[in-house]
Amino acid sequence: MTIETDELSTRHPAPRLDNLDPALFGQTPSQTVGPFFHYGLPWKGGADLTGGSALGARPELFPEEHYVLGEATFRGAPAGEAIELCGRVLDAAGQPVGDAMVEIWQANAAGRYASIADRRDEVPLDPHFHGFARSATDDEGHYRFRTIRPGRVPGPGNSLQAPHIAVSLFGRGILKRLVTRIYFADGEGNDTDPILARVPAERRRTLVADRQDGDEWRMDLRLGGERETVFFAL
Amino acid sequence: MKMDDRFAADDAGAPPSRHVDYRSTLLRAPDQPPIDIPQTITELTGPGDWGRLMGGALADLTTQHKGTPIGQRILVSGQVLDEDRRPVPNTVIEIWQANAAGRYIHYNDRWDAPIDPNFTGAGRVVTDEAGRYSFTTIRPGAYPWGNHHNAWRPAHIHLSLFGPAFATRLVTQFYFPDDPLIEIDPIANAVPMPYRQRLVARFDIGSTIANWALGYRFDLVLKGREQTPFEDDAHDH
Repeated sequence: MTIETDELSTRHPAPRLDNLDPALFGQTPSQTVGPFFHYGLPWKGGADLTGGSALGARPELFPEEHYVLGEATFRGAPAGEAIELCGRVLDAAGQPVGDAMVEIWQANAAGRYASIADRRDEVPLDPHFHGFARSATDDEGHYRFRTIRPGRVPGPGNSLQAPHIAVSLFGRGILKRLVTRIYFADGEGNDTDPILARVPAERRRTLVADRQDGDEWRMDLRLGGERETVFFAL
Repeated sequence: MKMDDRFAADDAGAPPSRHVDYRSTLLRAPDQPPIDIPQTITELTGPGDWGRLMGGALADLTTQHKGTPIGQRILVSGQVLDEDRRPVPNTVIEIWQANAAGRYIHYNDRWDAPIDPNFTGAGRVVTDEAGRYSFTTIRPGAYPWGNHHNAWRPAHIHLSLFGPAFATRLVTQFYFPDDPLIEIDPIANAVPMPYRQRLVARFDIGSTIANWALGYRFDLVLKGREQTPFEDDAHDH
């Protein structure tokens, strides 16, 4: 590879113990999770926001004696309509991404986030719902969550957002996490949602999950190519 | 930059999504530019109560098994800060890394280096009121990977952080000072100079523990210049 001249001059700067060098202080750059994150990041039950299973851990990926991951102690069924949320992560050539990690963050059924930053006391908290989950993809690129349908939350100004789930996507080769959202095909307020309104109409479908059999909802995440998922800058 | 947004990104030091020298990015980088959205309550909130969510902390990676892992014991410590140097408390930091020989315990890691039965390489800590964290581990080894001829990853430790908001989510990795592999590593080099230096820990005699462990210091800076929690009118636009 080629090395730029100005790079050579800064390659081994003198250490600055005060940490005031602008090269050293500023937002920490992101890096890929690498191919072998599965044992470090998932935890038992981490993909099940309804608290009923160990979904999310993959103990088959490492020796049993190495299994030291924690386990969620949230117990009890959250209020709301229980659903399974699933799909595949596919690369620009349509091939499955078998080493991706998908995270979701969502409000409870009443439309409140289990966060100290959500101070709307008039909207009830659910002691059994924390709103954050993580699923690794399998070899075919499938992710799967158990959760509940979220309620509506406020948007900019006096607007109201349609029910949605925030999504982070990580994987080998993904140097910057990808951010998107999952909406529901029959969701109330999709036509007036302030975020969907920023998306060109012909691409909005990539953000909308469709109901499958029973309580299963599906949205594929396409990193490129035709029908590329809409990703957001935050 | 979106000035109204509390956790706006300063992308100066960010790696690109597609970095041709790192081959895995080629089919995994979106072709379309990301769509700018206002930060709503969805982006300005984040989970807490990490202990209940994930189980307990695992701050010492060298005592998870019956025996002592092979390798040089190190103590990694630092602070999680925002861009105004204010500490970010209650940030969960998840840790994963290779062992001293450069091998992960993951079944898919077929690199012919020894597995250490006393080392998993996974841990978890939460920052205190001053944003401080520390964990004890073994210095990881370098390992070969298939990106190009004679490609070796510099020794590194992966860190996953979730700060106060969905917008502050960060996965990164840090490197060790004076490692000659950094300058030929496409993943590290995806971060332009001089910002790449933000990914290099420094040796710290101050946190080094006599007759026990070498100290390394690595501070992390999350997005955000305002810690005031969500206020509806603050992003009214």
